[in-house]
Amino acid sequence: MEKFGYAQSQKYDTYAARLLPREEFFTPGHRACQGCGEALAVRWVCKAIGKDAIIAHATGCMEIVSSGLPQTSWMHPWIHVAFENTAAVASGIETALKVLERKGKLRGPRPKVVAMGGDGGTSDIGLQALSGAMERGHDFTYICWDNEAYMNTGIQRSSSTPYGAMTTTSPPGKLSIGQRTWKKNMVHIAVAHGIPYVATASPSYVFDLYFKVRKALETPGPAYIHVLSVCPTGWRSPTDMSVRLGRLAVETGVFPLYEVVHGRYRLTVEVPKLRHVRDYLRLQGRFRHLRDADIELIQRHTRAEYELLLEKCQAPFPEFPSMASSEEPELEAGG
Amino acid sequence: MAPKTAAARRLGMEVSIAVSHAVKLARAETIAAYPITPQTHIVEYLSTLVANGELDAEFINVESEHSAISTCIGMSAAGARTYTATSSQGLALMNEILYIASAMRFPIVMTVANRALSAPLSIWNDHSDIMGARDIGWIQMFVENGQEAFDHTIMAFRIAENHEVLLPVIVNLDGFILSHVVEALEMVDQDTVDQFLPPYVPRHRLDPNQPVTMGAFALPEIYPEVKMSHQMALAGSYHHILQVWEEWAEITGRRYRPLETYRSEGAKILLLTMGSLSEVAEIAVDELREQGEPVGLLKLRLWRPFPVEDLRRAVAGAELLIICDRALSLGGVGGPVMSEVRSVLYPLASRPATVGYIIGLGGRDVNPAAFKDMVARAREEARRPTAEFHLYGVRG
Repeated sequence: MEKFGYAQSQKYDTYAARLLPREEFFTPGHRACQGCGEALAVRWVCKAIGKDAIIAHATGCMEIVSSGLPQTSWMHPWIHVAFENTAAVASGIETALKVLERKGKLRGPRPKVVAMGGDGGTSDIGLQALSGAMERGHDFTYICWDNEAYMNTGIQRSSSTPYGAMTTTSPPGKLSIGQRTWKKNMVHIAVAHGIPYVATASPSYVFDLYFKVRKALETPGPAYIHVLSVCPTGWRSPTDMSVRLGRLAVETGVFPLYEVVHGRYRLTVEVPKLRHVRDYLRLQGRFRHLRDADIELIQRHTRAEYELLLEKCQAPFPEFPSMASSEEPELEAGG
Repeated sequence: MAPKTAAARRLGMEVSIAVSHAVKLARAETIAAYPITPQTHIVEYLSTLVANGELDAEFINVESEHSAISTCIGMSAAGARTYTATSSQGLALMNEILYIASAMRFPIVMTVANRALSAPLSIWNDHSDIMGARDIGWIQMFVENGQEAFDHTIMAFRIAENHEVLLPVIVNLDGFILSHVVEALEMVDQDTVDQFLPPYVPRHRLDPNQPVTMGAFALPEIYPEVKMSHQMALAGSYHHILQVWEEWAEITGRRYRPLETYRSEGAKILLLTMGSLSEVAEIAVDELREQGEPVGLLKLRLWRPFPVEDLRRAVAGAELLIICDRALSLGGVGGPVMSEVRSVLYPLASRPATVGYIIGLGGRDVNPAAFKDMVARAREEARRPTAEFHLYGVRG
């Protein structure tokens, strides 16, 4: 895996698909819906993670479709405990590995620790555990599969559901436009914790996704990756359009792809001329009820947010420090 | 019972500190905890032991009890010997994850410094916290004094980690009344503990060399079987618990039983208590025995798995059993202990009459005179019952 490591990762666009690993860690046979963008993302993220890793997963779509006793799609050592505590479970795994390594009880190198959860498990019910784990500085990577609602329980709204979207608990009606709030910005929340690596990613941009995961894993300390996962079932979109929709989210500025390294922002996929959000919204049944005026409001909001992001990207992007080792400070024995 | 080993020595020590020492002697490798009165002294002292390098472990200050137990699951799943402590609201906040810890068979050891539940907020002792977690599938026991708290903390690891058991264990100790009291304790040295408690060897752990999926979901075709295996493991842990306690007795001379008895031989009237109030009840029993009253005491140490046969044997010959609960099952038929004890006795052809008292809620003091008074009242009550149960000594 070293040749896909951090040193090369800044030149990701020079890589070809044939250089990516063929080994599958998220195996076929799971029960994800047709056209599931999330399952596609999981597959590529798991390839990027590589063999030496432990995954903690929150309750949610990906857990349910992949782990019905006595079967599993996960080739990694994998644990699911509950909905809201995945970051805490990962904290525990990371801590234990540290002690076991110190005591010589590990077979092989210390595995990477990855936590995964949906947008509900991350930005709603799991936010406290995630905040705690990021604040404590555990060496782990948290990946949020954001399909913008509680899809597993039947498309209920979450704080990550975009403005205007129809869900089963934010239905449009005489008195309602659908989702009445703007999407919670988890990336900003992660950045505010002062963690070394934060990024957005999409399975529609596989190389970008792949190398962001590699960077996150090789960064000592907490890393957070927010993956937009197109959900044909919940978004009411054609199942053969998931990759296209993921691209449109980026091309319209709805979901820009960027990374934040030690607080410094950089767009990783630049869009020379943004498309109108209409191109993205009109492919999805969940926005079907929106009037032109509503779409214009979303357009203005999206552009304003995008401008703010571009401003943040103006600051010089730092050279990465060497991440070859994460030596802990020496402490005097005996205190 | 003189200790067999010369290594034992007596030290005056706060019980919370003694528990921390027991965790250190057990060489716990990972600890995650969140502060809550009256558990705090335990985790404070453990943090100090870790900070000074006296205990080679990682101590994680998590942001809630929910995360404390979740983090412990991660620690245990990765293969480390894991400990935590909590109390009251903290235990209630953990509740969801407590079931998962036991069903996924993680041998975590937890001290619960028993405390009342809100509202109204009360930091003082009763058993309503642990009774709310009665069915979590953990091995649960109660201790009566600091020495027992120390002993059972060490033994808990040995019980939990047995591959035939693999269940988490809660050692209940009464908040403040035990946790903050200074007692003369007989310590055990590190060599003795090391021989008694070998390093933890996980049966399964999260390891890329041997990947496993933990925490998969179950369809109706398999869920009941998983639950049955949990029930069998918990019920079957009884014999392993007895074996570990017996081994400890051989080392220390201190012998523990699932249901302790005090002057119960030939007793016509039996009191049944749990936790630190047992020592108060003993005083009442002594005084009543001096007056020629045939009164004895049963002390329920092992709460889960419930020592059914021990209890049935212990009440043989008694005419009246007075069950003292320190928790109230609101809107129910009495305290949780009374309900269970009555269920255990029901199939017996000959069984004592039962009277249930709820005592000492929210730290309300219960003295020896109160136990004597309960005995007197219970005799009347047994003849002419007036209620399903009684809240003893409550105004209004």
